Amino acid sequence: MIDLLQHLVHGVSLGAIYALIALGYTMVYGVLQLINFAHGDVFMLGAMMGWYASSRWTQEAAHPTWFGAIAVTLVSMAICGTTGFLIERFGYRPLRGSPKLNSLITAIGFSFLLEYGGQFVFGPNPRAFGALPVSPSDQFRVLGVSISYIDLICVGVSVGLMIVLNRIIFHSRIGTAMRAVSWNPPVAALMGVNIDKVISFTFVLGSVLAAVAGILFASAYRKVEPLMGLMPGLKAFVSAVLGGIGNVQGAMLGGLILGLAEQLVSSYVSSQWKDAIAFAILILILLVKPSGLLGKGTAEKV
Amino acid sequence: MRRMSANFLVCVLAVAIGCKKEQQGGGNVGAADTAIKIGEVGSMTGTEATFGTSSHNGIQLATDEVNAAGGIKGKQIQVIALDDQGKPEEAATAATRLISSERVAALLGEVASTRSLFMAPKAQAAKTPMVSPSSTNEKVTQVGDYIFRACFIDPFQGYVMAKFATDTLKLKTAAILRDVRNDYSVGLAKVFNENFTKLGGKIVDSQSYSSGDVDFKAQLTNIKAAKPQALYVPGYYTDVGLIARQAREVGLTVPMLGGDGWDSEKLYEIGGAALEGSYFSNHYSVDDPSPRIQEFVARFKKAYGGQVPDSLAAQAYDAAGMLYDAMKRAKDLTGPSIREALAQTKDYKGVTGDITMDEHRNATKPAVVLKVGKGGKYEFSGRIQPEGAKEAGPGEPPREPKKTEGNTAPNPAPGTTPTPTQAPAPGATNSAQAAANTGQRQGVPAGEHSKK
Repeated sequence: MIDLLQHLVHGVSLGAIYALIALGYTMVYGVLQLINFAHGDVFMLGAMMGWYASSRWTQEAAHPTWFGAIAVTLVSMAICGTTGFLIERFGYRPLRGSPKLNSLITAIGFSFLLEYGGQFVFGPNPRAFGALPVSPSDQFRVLGVSISYIDLICVGVSVGLMIVLNRIIFHSRIGTAMRAVSWNPPVAALMGVNIDKVISFTFVLGSVLAAVAGILFASAYRKVEPLMGLMPGLKAFVSAVLGGIGNVQGAMLGGLILGLAEQLVSSYVSSQWKDAIAFAILILILLVKPSGLLGKGTAEKV
Repeated sequence: MRRMSANFLVCVLAVAIGCKKEQQGGGNVGAADTAIKIGEVGSMTGTEATFGTSSHNGIQLATDEVNAAGGIKGKQIQVIALDDQGKPEEAATAATRLISSERVAALLGEVASTRSLFMAPKAQAAKTPMVSPSSTNEKVTQVGDYIFRACFIDPFQGYVMAKFATDTLKLKTAAILRDVRNDYSVGLAKVFNENFTKLGGKIVDSQSYSSGDVDFKAQLTNIKAAKPQALYVPGYYTDVGLIARQAREVGLTVPMLGGDGWDSEKLYEIGGAALEGSYFSNHYSVDDPSPRIQEFVARFKKAYGGQVPDSLAAQAYDAAGMLYDAMKRAKDLTGPSIREALAQTKDYKGVTGDITMDEHRNATKPAVVLKVGKGGKYEFSGRIQPEGAKEAGPGEPPREPKKTEGNTAPNPAPGTTPTPTQAPAPGATNSAQAAANTGQRQGVPAGEHSKK
């Protein structure tokens, strides 16, 4: 029983990170109907920049403090936000009028560019990451279950950012504009919405979230390398689809389901089946509910 | 503005492609047609990049030394090194390219068994001798009679650790966590399991993961519940570092045991103190006092700016040396002649031990066990000799069954084995970091190697 609870705790903390990455996928999709495959690699960039900011440019990692950790995260967010902006500005915007497939392939291209460009620039070796003043081995016990502070931070930050995101989308001018562009770009433009600005903002926001996720992930697993965005990116994408792509709460829910499924399958079935079963769950859910768990069935636009 | 962005992209792309370009080795070798070409395939980039770059340095040193001594049959050797990025398919492609367009006389590589298994059929089909420096999976040389290796095979490493665990550490129970995507890891785990059981121990749990995973808590929580006295993790350093940390996080504090895939300075960087008190089997130890090893270490440091050769570098050095030795003895430099000479290799004085080819083209030589000590120092904890003709197949000249030789106690008695704390490797560089790392593997980031 305690083992089960322990597995659940691990699953929730893993799921929270998937969810945080998934938010970026889902938001960009919501506005542009574009699956930004480079998102997982912006996530990597976030972790990598966090490493540079904490271990190379400053000595933060040697004596981590909360203030330093927040500063490192902000630096990483700024760099990723800029990268997200540049990718959209120079990669996707020129292709906006062309078929969706072109943008999709550009996205895959950017993903590879960041992965292998990253290997070239940063070197392929994994680095140890430790910018937060707590390590995964700092834990407390509740009912025999050990919970690490980083797990709590992951879940807390993910939920917090989801709430902030929800407020931005539904209770701010730019959010209203985002929804308008998502609904019908030409009409939104006629109504005076600056489409370019809105889309740029969406990318920047998504990339900033990816940076936070990168830092959290690297803090929880202590490893940063240029290909680290590959699997988490893919799984976050799956989480986004699972929850209903384009839907913020759906991304959160999808991430949690995937994280829990992975942990429980590796604990009680076999870790060799972990990904197979996690993805089988995805297929099942999509067979029953093609728009995802929280997706609206009527989201199809004409 | 758009034009500028396009130019920028082209630049970035060019840079990205440039980094994957082949690395021309061979130092200052003259015109290619007068040189003997040797192909090298290695993971210069990717998650196991230190494997490829270390091996490359070892091969390069052996090549430079042979070239300086006049080359082979009056010709210089040119090493053409291709990067496979740690991907099996790329290794096969690289091997094909080296054989068909570069027409190399022989191939050196790969480190990882998985990738060697992709290369070997290409070499075998083209009758090009291939020597793997450190692929320890049994299957590699079973591909055909042109495939050799300069290291021992998995059964031996699994046996070494099982023997060490039962005889020296006096363990009764152990659990296994193996990487199912890696033939090497599966091979070691299987043989460890067999031998540990045969020697009177009990495997209480057996779990698996896939290389590249970052979360191992589910498996480790299960293992903890089975209460083993040790955890055998025959994986590669990146994963092992993370596993060690997470094992401690879930409260599993028993020592970890492993194989030569642990051997990288990154191991301790990632795993940190969680690894202290763990043991792994390896091919050689820089702390081994034998003059042959100490001279090699000195030459290597001189060539690579004070960098201490890890075991991959030492093995690659031996693999290249053994190949060049065979080429000198071969009647000509065709594939069949080199193959013939390689197969006859007997008591080749390598830095990792005397190497004799058995009839299955596997090297027979001893293994060492190292302990990860405080601060990531590797302590020489014993040498285990091959046991009889075990599992090597029928007909092999029987070697006398040997007990663990030298000192197998975790705390070496004075006089038999030095501890690195007492005897830092000679010639250590003065830099503070090098001093701190003495006894631990050192390396420069792979990106810097690849520009060499």
